[in-house]
Amino acid sequence: MPALCRDCLTMFETGTRCPACARPRIISHPELFDLSIAHMDCDAFYASVEKRDNPELRDKPVIIGGGKRGVVSTACYIARIKGVKSAMPMFKALKLCPEAVVVRGRMEVYAQVSRQIRAMMEEMTPAIEPLSLDEAFMDLTGTARLHGKPPAAMLAGLVNRMRADLGITGSIGLSHNKFLAKLASDLDKPSGFSIIGKAETMAFLSDKPVRMIWGIGQAGQASLDKAGIRTFADLRRWDRKALADRFGTMGDRLYFLSRGEDARRVKRDRAVKSISNETTFSDDIADPDILDGHIWRMTEKVAARAKAKAIAGRVVTLKLKRADFTQITRRVSLGDATHMADRIYRTARGLFDTVDHTRPYRLLGVGLSDLVPSDQADRSGNLLDPDQAKRYQAERAADAIRDRFGKDAIVKGRALR
Amino acid sequence: MKISIERATLLSAVSQAQSVVERRNTIPILANVLIEAEGDTVSFRATDLDIEVVDKINAQVERAGATTVNAVTLHEIVRKLPDGALVRLTDDGASGRLSVEAGRSNFSLATLPKEDFPVMTSSEYSANFSAPAPVLRRLFDKSKFAISTEETRYYLNGVYFHVADGETGKVLRAVATDGHRLARVDAALPDGAETLPGVIVPRKTVGELRKLLEDDEAEIAVSVSETKIRFATPEITLTSKVIDGTFPDYSRVIPTGNTRKMEVDAKDFAKAVDRVATVSSERSRAVKLQLDEDRLVLSVNAPDSGNAEEELAVAYADERLEIGFNAKYLLEIASQVDRENAVFLFNSAGDPTLMQEGGDSSAVYVVMPMRV
Repeated sequence: MPALCRDCLTMFETGTRCPACARPRIISHPELFDLSIAHMDCDAFYASVEKRDNPELRDKPVIIGGGKRGVVSTACYIARIKGVKSAMPMFKALKLCPEAVVVRGRMEVYAQVSRQIRAMMEEMTPAIEPLSLDEAFMDLTGTARLHGKPPAAMLAGLVNRMRADLGITGSIGLSHNKFLAKLASDLDKPSGFSIIGKAETMAFLSDKPVRMIWGIGQAGQASLDKAGIRTFADLRRWDRKALADRFGTMGDRLYFLSRGEDARRVKRDRAVKSISNETTFSDDIADPDILDGHIWRMTEKVAARAKAKAIAGRVVTLKLKRADFTQITRRVSLGDATHMADRIYRTARGLFDTVDHTRPYRLLGVGLSDLVPSDQADRSGNLLDPDQAKRYQAERAADAIRDRFGKDAIVKGRALR
Repeated sequence: MKISIERATLLSAVSQAQSVVERRNTIPILANVLIEAEGDTVSFRATDLDIEVVDKINAQVERAGATTVNAVTLHEIVRKLPDGALVRLTDDGASGRLSVEAGRSNFSLATLPKEDFPVMTSSEYSANFSAPAPVLRRLFDKSKFAISTEETRYYLNGVYFHVADGETGKVLRAVATDGHRLARVDAALPDGAETLPGVIVPRKTVGELRKLLEDDEAEIAVSVSETKIRFATPEITLTSKVIDGTFPDYSRVIPTGNTRKMEVDAKDFAKAVDRVATVSSERSRAVKLQLDEDRLVLSVNAPDSGNAEEELAVAYADERLEIGFNAKYLLEIASQVDRENAVFLFNSAGDPTLMQEGGDSSAVYVVMPMRV
């Protein structure tokens, strides 16, 4: 059976230790060198970055998340032992693990590390489909000859490099389609390397619960439960038509997934479709002046990101969530695209004026979409707003100051509200 | 109710009704047209609660009565009937159905009670005057392209219809703008219009109104209050709420000091703009105008898709000028010119440009330039 040493990447025929370096981290599988669809998932990514940058945290439980009403975005493996999970409300997490160190996320740093990982993957294949900052699909089909190594060896090399160069560990799932690759990466975390071959696909899935399918939420789970479907074996007892009748388009997908078939390709990431920022308040806010301050701050973030990426948008969206979690979304199309905070703010503020101001809100967000390159933005003035040109000049001057002296070098009074 | 109407007459009444009714509505009766027959006339009334249109036509009424039926369905049926057919509408009151018969075709449509149909409350009109159809047609046709579609600026979603001081006294004026361009169109002030309160006529009303203005000989009775406007011919009455808002002070938007004058054949200009804009793949296509003595060069430079250039003979005697515009805006204002040359008055590449037809300042257009 083909085998691979995860440390020195030596390939050999069967054994429990590497014939070259004598270390025991061996993967062996009959299809090891034939499979080429992979999923890479970093281990407790945000927490690992924090521990890397602050060695004092290394042996402590660390939770990334924030605010009184925040949720856990990542928990390190020490905190996970105590039962802390992602998306858990912070107060609950701290009840389970009171000694945890809570760290506010530093998204810029995570994005930076993510780009470094991405660069490493780019050296392996152009077919990369990121799902978030810390996980991505890769299609390595046909790359063996180019690299002189099968995909499995390249992938083992990738995680080694991530650990050595970036101080981050990741887990690999290798299989013959995306669905199974994603399941595999989760089997042996952290620092895992799991393989689901064609031969054992059906047997592997049989007793697994169908909720493992990515995209099945609570509602989907409930309707599957109702139909008496718990495992993939249960699912296989249904014929294709019956599933389609009962579950619509999802039914067809279930039919194939239950047999370990998934024809979706690894799609290279599509261009950014929208830029948005939102904030959940620690206490619900009804005061329109304070909400106005939040509109401005969210707008500034959106505008700064748009300017940094040299894109602009034609559609401005305002999102609000009430105390009872009902959501309001208002959007407006502008005649021409913009990335000026002044214009986005005025537009979002106009949208805000159309919604109910009597009740409190718990969340506010501003978004920009229908994006175009920024050389097509703000090219024409406004007849009805002759001062706009002056405000734009002021904004550009403030941007130049921030570029030189940092993002807090100059702020609008409105931002302090 | 039992009536017989010639298909063409019925079609025109029903088609106006179906364009007024709100298609995406949750109140079923608003999708219906109210048909009322009495004496020898039948009236068709439709509303979306903002606009109400009543079309009275002559018909053979065998039995008076009234009912409501889905306007779009009735329109589709009548439209598909053969030309020249005599259509008989019968409602026996008891079955809750309206039967539509023509030749060998038979339809039976669900009705809703006429009592549920909302009739727009009448209003005290503070100004009543009459104007020839061509005058109103010109006012609205030449201004409506500039109406804003941006919903947050709802006060720009219509034509500002008001009395203003023109060069030679009071005029009846229509103004529309979306912040990028503006149209200002004047007409002689009709008798009785002096007391007209300024109102913003919504875009949809402007569209519906157009159907009343086709006949060059028609005199349109106009009634206006602070909240409503009514246009009426002997057959059709269109009543609409006006937009509750303040139209911005547009007078300061219209440049008065633009001195660099270019005169060009509007049709040739529009065709040339349209041709060069073809290469641009952007949604707001920018066209560059380079002016030199009696020479205009139009160009588009789209790095991804290509570039285009066209030269045009114009009358221009000022210094060199380079200025960019959205091609669509240029096309729209150029197409307003129908008799003489288009006269453009520029200031600088960053300032609003003015356009009018020859020396006629009764219709002026302002357009904001674009960075190219």
